[in-house]
Amino acid sequence: MTHVIPLLFRRLRAPLVVLITTYAVATLGLVLIPGEKPGGEPWRMDFFHAFYFITYTSTTIGFGELPYAFNAIQRLWTLFAIYATVLAWFYMAMALVALLLDPAFRQAVNVARFHRSVRRIAEPFYIVCGYGENGALLTRALTDQGLRTVVLDKDQERIDALKVEGLPLEVPGLCTDATEPDALVQAGLENWRCAGVIAVSPWDEDNLSIAVATKLLAPSTPVICRVLHQETEANLASFGTDLIINPFRTFADRFATAVRSPSMYLIYAWLTGLEHQPREERVTPPRGTWILCGYGRFGKAMRHRLSQEGVKPVIVEADPEKTQPPVGTVEGRATEAETLREAGVEGADGLIAGTDNDANNLSILMTARAINPDLFTVARQCRSHNKSLYRAADVDLVLDAGTVTSREVLARINTELLPELLELTLDQDETWAGALAARIRAVAGDTLPTTWSLQIDNQRAPAVLDAIAEVGFAHLVHLLSDPRDRSQWLPAVPLLLKRGSELSLLPDPDTTLETGDRLLFCGRKGADRVMAWTAEDYNLYAYIRTGEERPQGLLWDWLASYCKGDSP
Amino acid sequence: MNLEKTIFAFVIVLAMTINFGFYLGDIDNPAHHNVYELFAAIVVSLIATVMKLGERTQIGALLLATSLVADVQLLIAAVVWAVAVQTLETGLTPPIMAGIVSLSGGALLANLVSVVLLVAETIMGRR
Repeated sequence: MTHVIPLLFRRLRAPLVVLITTYAVATLGLVLIPGEKPGGEPWRMDFFHAFYFITYTSTTIGFGELPYAFNAIQRLWTLFAIYATVLAWFYMAMALVALLLDPAFRQAVNVARFHRSVRRIAEPFYIVCGYGENGALLTRALTDQGLRTVVLDKDQERIDALKVEGLPLEVPGLCTDATEPDALVQAGLENWRCAGVIAVSPWDEDNLSIAVATKLLAPSTPVICRVLHQETEANLASFGTDLIINPFRTFADRFATAVRSPSMYLIYAWLTGLEHQPREERVTPPRGTWILCGYGRFGKAMRHRLSQEGVKPVIVEADPEKTQPPVGTVEGRATEAETLREAGVEGADGLIAGTDNDANNLSILMTARAINPDLFTVARQCRSHNKSLYRAADVDLVLDAGTVTSREVLARINTELLPELLELTLDQDETWAGALAARIRAVAGDTLPTTWSLQIDNQRAPAVLDAIAEVGFAHLVHLLSDPRDRSQWLPAVPLLLKRGSELSLLPDPDTTLETGDRLLFCGRKGADRVMAWTAEDYNLYAYIRTGEERPQGLLWDWLASYCKGDSP
Repeated sequence: MNLEKTIFAFVIVLAMTINFGFYLGDIDNPAHHNVYELFAAIVVSLIATVMKLGERTQIGALLLATSLVADVQLLIAAVVWAVAVQTLETGLTPPIMAGIVSLSGGALLANLVSVVLLVAETIMGRR
């Protein structure tokens, strides 16, 4: 940890000593030189006047020869004093400027400033390592949800980009190598408010070192790590990394879900949707014949998951030596119509353009569509700035690693219970998912639904606890009613109830609530705030429960009970 | 031998010795206390402060603190002297002189602590 002020003084030591010495010599000289009063009477300047004279002379203010006119010797000394002290000041100024321009000093200032703004964060925060395409998207998604983040990146340009990004919350960023443990500590790893470290650098090696450092320095801090290689994944899992995201495999999983149950995929996409991105609509990938172009890391993940769903894709690969595709692979460039025809594009139902080059992927899509316009198309988008091209190409499903990663991270950290819900839905079928999707669409309309959780405790739901204490029960339906008009429903769907370790999916509105219950809802934006209001406000809750406006305040309370008691 | 350490110790010890020279004598007798010595004590004390600035050790912080105490005491003594000579018609009376010298006595104590710390650090550093 570099301290700025000690560094400043250490570097300015020489100019300061020179300055003090020059002043001392100049002042002493004036005191020692004999002078005369106007009458010719001998006179010696005292220290007070000498210091006064030197002070205004060296700063070139120049009030004149005070208190009496000088003689020739005094003037000679004054000449020396002026040049010496002014030069000493110049030396001081130059040293200061040189120091301020020194890259090492500026880095020290940046570090100190970064450190201060991290310390000022008064809420739980996440450390995002790597502000590339993934990191930028993730940071935006997290800050949109009101989560505080701290960003580390090796590249100063990216940190500069962060500063002008215009995020809704202040995000401290520092240009440093996050694989150095010191950098993580500077970013607040050992701060008790640090809620987790998210390593989304494009290099697996870096993410691995960050995860190791975090687990050693702060074992209880969760680590979320993005990887692209399977070997790294196994390595990370071996020391307890809390969440490992392989965007290719995650996407393959979600795609398999979409093949099995389109509504289930839709629910997942809605519950983990990102703001500032268009809401996903229902897609129905066919179960028939598929062509998979590119057998790299993405292609392998897709083939693996598809074969688990009973779909055997025809693989097209330009460099079979390197990627070792299975037997039956069509060799050649999928960008050429000839190769695609060989793979049977005329009779195929779907095509996956999964090479690691956006231009090739788009070319594959256009060529294949020209031959067979009814294809269901899936494409891998490698660079986020090509987003508009993929949108224009009207692809049915696009894999954008940044979006996939951000969604997974948000699903894990933003809302309690959401991971549990997503796990439970895996066992449900298309009918169930279709019904739920229809319910969510009914409350959220065309907007992206928001998800939130509520715990029945003294802090977040005192009104519910109050009702339980007073009348012995509280129903879920109370929370789902609109406190402005109790006959109306809030646009919200209860998704999950967790009581102890017991989970119940889609709890009935008549369920009674108990202390310590945790609930997960999804609904239209804003419904979460209204519900939080009901759960907190005794009067609102009493109105919903009884339909009566409760008198507010002791006096009205007393009056009401008085009137009730008196009037028969 | 380390030249930097020598200069550092020289300045600190010099600050103490000059201060002591000024302090020596009858406390209220202006004839026993030289104004040049006070001036030199202030200058050397200021330089000693600058030499100590920027130290990040615990002892460095203590050294800086003692030096700042000495500066403050000596500067107040000088201001009292200047005010007495320039504005009061009586000039340097024994009570005022006693005040100035006792202020410099406080500074002397601070300088003494400084030197003790310096010696302690040197002894601790020798293994």
